[in-house]
Amino acid sequence: MMVENSMPTLSRFGIGFLAGMEWKPAQEEFGALPFIYGTVVSSLIAVLLAVPVSIGVAVFLVEQAPKSVARPIAFMVELLAAIPSVVYGLWGIFVLAPFIREYLGPFLQTSLGFLPLFQGRLTGIGMLTGGIILALMITPIVTAVVRDVLEAVPVTQREAALALGATKWETTTIVLGNAASGIAGSVVLGLGRAIGETMAVTMVIGNSPQISASLFEPANTIASLLAANFAEATDKLYLSALIEIGLVLFLVTFVVNALAKLLIMSVASGPDRAKHT
Amino acid sequence: MASTGTSLHNRRKLVNTIMASLTSVCALLVTLLLLLIIGYIAVRGISSLSIQFLIDTPKPVGEGGGIGNAIVGSVMMTLFASVIGLPVGIAAGVYLSEYGRNWYGNIGRFVADTLIGIPSIIVGIFIYTAVVLPMGRQSGLAGSLALAVIIIPIVARTTEEMIRLVPNSMREGALALGAPHWRVSWNIVLPAAASGIATGAMLAIARVTGETAPLLFTALNSRFYNYYLDQPMSSLTVQIFNYATGPFEVEHAMAWAATLVLVAAILVINIFVRTLTRKRY
Repeated sequence: MMVENSMPTLSRFGIGFLAGMEWKPAQEEFGALPFIYGTVVSSLIAVLLAVPVSIGVAVFLVEQAPKSVARPIAFMVELLAAIPSVVYGLWGIFVLAPFIREYLGPFLQTSLGFLPLFQGRLTGIGMLTGGIILALMITPIVTAVVRDVLEAVPVTQREAALALGATKWETTTIVLGNAASGIAGSVVLGLGRAIGETMAVTMVIGNSPQISASLFEPANTIASLLAANFAEATDKLYLSALIEIGLVLFLVTFVVNALAKLLIMSVASGPDRAKHT
Repeated sequence: MASTGTSLHNRRKLVNTIMASLTSVCALLVTLLLLLIIGYIAVRGISSLSIQFLIDTPKPVGEGGGIGNAIVGSVMMTLFASVIGLPVGIAAGVYLSEYGRNWYGNIGRFVADTLIGIPSIIVGIFIYTAVVLPMGRQSGLAGSLALAVIIIPIVARTTEEMIRLVPNSMREGALALGAPHWRVSWNIVLPAAASGIATGAMLAIARVTGETAPLLFTALNSRFYNYYLDQPMSSLTVQIFNYATGPFEVEHAMAWAATLVLVAAILVINIFVRTLTRKRY
């Protein structure tokens, strides 16, 4: 049904739709590249920030903390996942954005300002803010999956390493090595979440269809483009363009999630797990 | 030799300590973040929360206004979505676990997992093309259906997992006594897994209560109390979005207050269900 409704732009712009730089509904010009760029960059920022922290939390919960400490912290991480997207967005607008404008932004500009990444006007709203909010939102899910994957590594592996005189951390590196493909899966899963996340990003990324080297400049993602414009798209061609770009988003998340599932399955339901349960 | 031996030993111990502290810092960071977010919502929200706010409808800026109709809309759409989504999801879960060990079941499982993974805004677009365009207008019904599409796969998968936990000996016992397969599923397996299924259902309901993206252009919004599902309907989340992105300070204050109501409801369901079952989903 979505394919049917996107036929007008599919037939008119063909594959050029994905590579077009301009998005001007009034002139009937539709190019999706700025949104694809925004989606990719904001999701990458999110994954880069969230994955190390998530692995850290998961290692802490599984390998280090006693049960009495691990349980309440795991519970809190789950609650973090239960907070709705629009609430993260609200928090992003009124807490995170001012923080970036007043503290983080100036700090990055004075220390790393020679990089084009950190040049430009500081409004607090932009790519970096969107990426950080996304990082917050995918941390719980990445943590949960890494935790499951670590728990699936047999205890005998740890016992063997410890018996050979390895320190706790050296044992952990061995466990992490064994769980590597599952951890890769959790990263891809987090990426999939970040790509499809809508409301919070819409509220902090600035919704401007441009490709800019600076992370402080406003940008836009596919999902936030849809959220912001779908309701007012009355023109048939405009609507068709939006539905087509939605279709692109659907296909991308579909592929990413399938990949994540394959990677996680290779660890979490391997022969070792079967033996233990 | 002895000195290099001890220095290696010391270095290994040092690395161990550093990494242990780093992971603890990560855990602390995430915990603090949750407390920071919830604390901020509580502080900002309470100051503009009042009974009047909970029953009023939105008004032009400067004349007060509230979220009464949004609460009603959210509750109605969530309820209706549950009425559609829970039976379908639970039935699908029973099928997947009791009868689904074949290619058809595998496809069902794959489709459910795919549906769980797709962004909720895509669900909104799907419902827009499937329901809103043919109906000619946005409606509470379309919003409910979008939420139901989100509920069904989640409930189907948790139901399947819960039913898998029911020991096979119970099924075998009932079958040996001559009960037909459907009766074993309905009278033996389902009641045994009931509490787990209820937990999954509650968490799915909590999840859709917080959904905004699929409602934006299916249920749209409304400034008035509306009890008819065929009309555009307001919801807490969309109302928060509108207040938060509005230009005025008063609107922002109302966004925080509405958020407090929403987050309180969702966290209460989550904490209640999770402490009750003491299991992780």
